[in-house]
Amino acid sequence: MAEELPVGCARPTGGPVGEAVPETAKETIAPIKEEMQMIHVGEKAPDFVAPGYQKGKFINVKLSDYLGKWVLLCFYPGDFTFV
Amino acid sequence: MSIDSMFVHKMWDDHELAKMVDGGVPFPMLSDAGGKVGKLFGVYNEAAGVENRGRFIIDPDGVVQGYEVLTPPVGRNVLESIRQVQAFQLVRKTKGAEATPSGWRPGKLTLKPGPDLVGNVWKEWKTSMAFD
Repeated sequence: MAEELPVGCARPTGGPVGEAVPETAKETIAPIKEEMQMIHVGEKAPDFVAPGYQKGKFINVKLSDYLGKWVLLCFYPGDFTFV
Repeated sequence: MSIDSMFVHKMWDDHELAKMVDGGVPFPMLSDAGGKVGKLFGVYNEAAGVENRGRFIIDPDGVVQGYEVLTPPVGRNVLESIRQVQAFQLVRKTKGAEATPSGWRPGKLTLKPGPDLVGNVWKEWKTSMAFD
């Protein structure tokens, strides 16, 4: 029988049976693993390209195309996640 | 930017966000399936497979001037992000001759760092200015 999921602002994820329940199910976040480093203020942002959607069009965005402008880059857990 | 595809971004914009913002979201909604960009910026959450709520201010030279990272249930303060951009813009315009003390907003007092200001900030800036 399928179990009803608690709904919160984190996206629920699955995994192999027998693995510990993902932390997201409890709305807490595990510490970031050490191999991933936080970037440093005062240093260049790493350049990237990413596909996206804007006003009816699918686009490809490159961060360095915005040189000369101020950029607010926002990450969020997922579409339709309430907050 | 989130790990959702650009197709899901379109659905979210069409069916929900356009009901909150006239004409839908005006800026690009980027897709980071796999979290590669999130990892570059240190906000990808491996355990949950999603991005934490990270916000980066990047200046016209491509330099990161500030960031904030929150866990999913707490939303950002957009006005605070705008205030920080305005402060960084002022510092950049004055080439660092002016600095913005705690609680600064456009129109409020700035400080001009230099030999005469050392030990004398208390004469110009009052603690109450951080809260008004």
